[in-house]
Amino acid sequence: MGSGSPGATAAGANPPTIAVLDYGIGNLRSAEKALEYVGAVALLTADADEIAQADAVVLPGVGAFGRCREALAQTGLDEAALNAVASGRPFLGICVGMQLLYDSSEESPGIAGLGVFAGTVRRLQPGVKQPQMQWNQLNLMNDSPLFEGLGENPWMYFVHSFAAEPSQYLLATCEYGGSVVAAAQNELVFATQFHPEKSGQAGLAVLRNFVNIAANSREARAQRAAQQAQLAQRRAV
Amino acid sequence: MLTTRVIPCLDVESGRVVKGVNFVELRDAGDPVELAARYDAEGADELIFLDITASSDRRDTTIEMVRRTAEEVFIPFTVGGGVRTVEDARRLLRAGADKVGINTAAVDRPELISEIADEFGVQCVVVAIDARRRIVATQSGSGEEAPSQEISASAQTGSLSWEVFTHGGRTAVGLDAVEWAARAVELGAGEILLTSMDRDGTKEGFDLQLTAAVSAACSVPVIASGGVGTLDHLVQGALVGKADAVLAASIFHFGEFTIAQAKHALAAAGVAVRPA
Repeated sequence: MGSGSPGATAAGANPPTIAVLDYGIGNLRSAEKALEYVGAVALLTADADEIAQADAVVLPGVGAFGRCREALAQTGLDEAALNAVASGRPFLGICVGMQLLYDSSEESPGIAGLGVFAGTVRRLQPGVKQPQMQWNQLNLMNDSPLFEGLGENPWMYFVHSFAAEPSQYLLATCEYGGSVVAAAQNELVFATQFHPEKSGQAGLAVLRNFVNIAANSREARAQRAAQQAQLAQRRAV
Repeated sequence: MLTTRVIPCLDVESGRVVKGVNFVELRDAGDPVELAARYDAEGADELIFLDITASSDRRDTTIEMVRRTAEEVFIPFTVGGGVRTVEDARRLLRAGADKVGINTAAVDRPELISEIADEFGVQCVVVAIDARRRIVATQSGSGEEAPSQEISASAQTGSLSWEVFTHGGRTAVGLDAVEWAARAVELGAGEILLTSMDRDGTKEGFDLQLTAAVSAACSVPVIASGGVGTLDHLVQGALVGKADAVLAASIFHFGEFTIAQAKHALAAAGVAVRPA
């Protein structure tokens, strides 16, 4: 371990650009700095064009579901986030940023989430201190490029009182007064209830994987675009 | 699983760490950022910076320290000292702090807890409480732990009670520490940083009765602070004090023990920790 030198990514000399959605809540700088540390060009931004042009998008979030949802709407970043998801580019929701991807939350009844993942965010089981504010070990339920190289039970830092209910997109759980959904994935839309930007070397490894996913996705899109251009040219001939 | 956090505390004055720091390989033992990165690499679970700068240039030097820390340290860190308004909190959080600690300002104006919690979430509000045992003269003459007329119903400790102090421990405010902790949680504190003034600096161990009383009264995590001189003190804080996190300063700064040694001791005693 050590925080001396930034880790290399497969992105190499042409790092992907990752937009971190800036809707004015809490500590957004950590996510930006951690992504830079693992080799991305991170933009803390509320600019729709910058977000549309980024290779990948991160939706952080702390505080209450309802307040974050309201701030997203006020800044128009809910549309930007949904557009990013629809575009097929890699997307990562962190903590309340994960919860916002669901339909709703018990924390803020009557307020609709972004609905990217079906399901509701529910309060943690009683009998344990809330928020869960500690490091906990993940149980990885499925293979995912997000957790590549991290072993089966990496330690991550959690701060939350609510968590998504299990669904077909379940990627990882942790134990806290019962099984708690810790990560989810549908294609290139990833979500972590824990804070990778605050989980030391293991968390940085998750973000490095996400940056690599962004680089690979950009590469794949470029190839597809080139093939389509070639095809169009042949048809024209 | 439930894990206990080990948290080194750094006292910072004008952007420099005060109190001895004994890592020979540090380039600059007074640089809070270098020390923070060192603790991160050693396996610390979180860090707390306590800003004791008295001068008016506090704001800028502290913000600069927080910015630099956020560029190099990727574990959670709290900054306390001098936070009096929502704007103070906003500046620290925007610069990269994960939580802000409030102490005197919360006692002066308890609604500040709610204001910061409403704006940024309860998870970033750490209410720091400095508490001292109430010493009551008794007929039995058996000292400070003798039955008191000032029994706090919520303390659940029978005869004992503790008074809250502010302004770095100089001002008694007449509040019962256990009741104040419970009220702070109601108002929106996401965590309580509990320091025993009787034990702070003594190396005699945490005030375990105080810690247990506050932990039982709070639905949020409690960080035990004040008095750690041995690794067993950390174990006692978790097992007897029921603390969710244990804080120490000098045993780490003076190189008496490493974070890894602390975690080994906790694990050996059956306290779950993230391995260093």
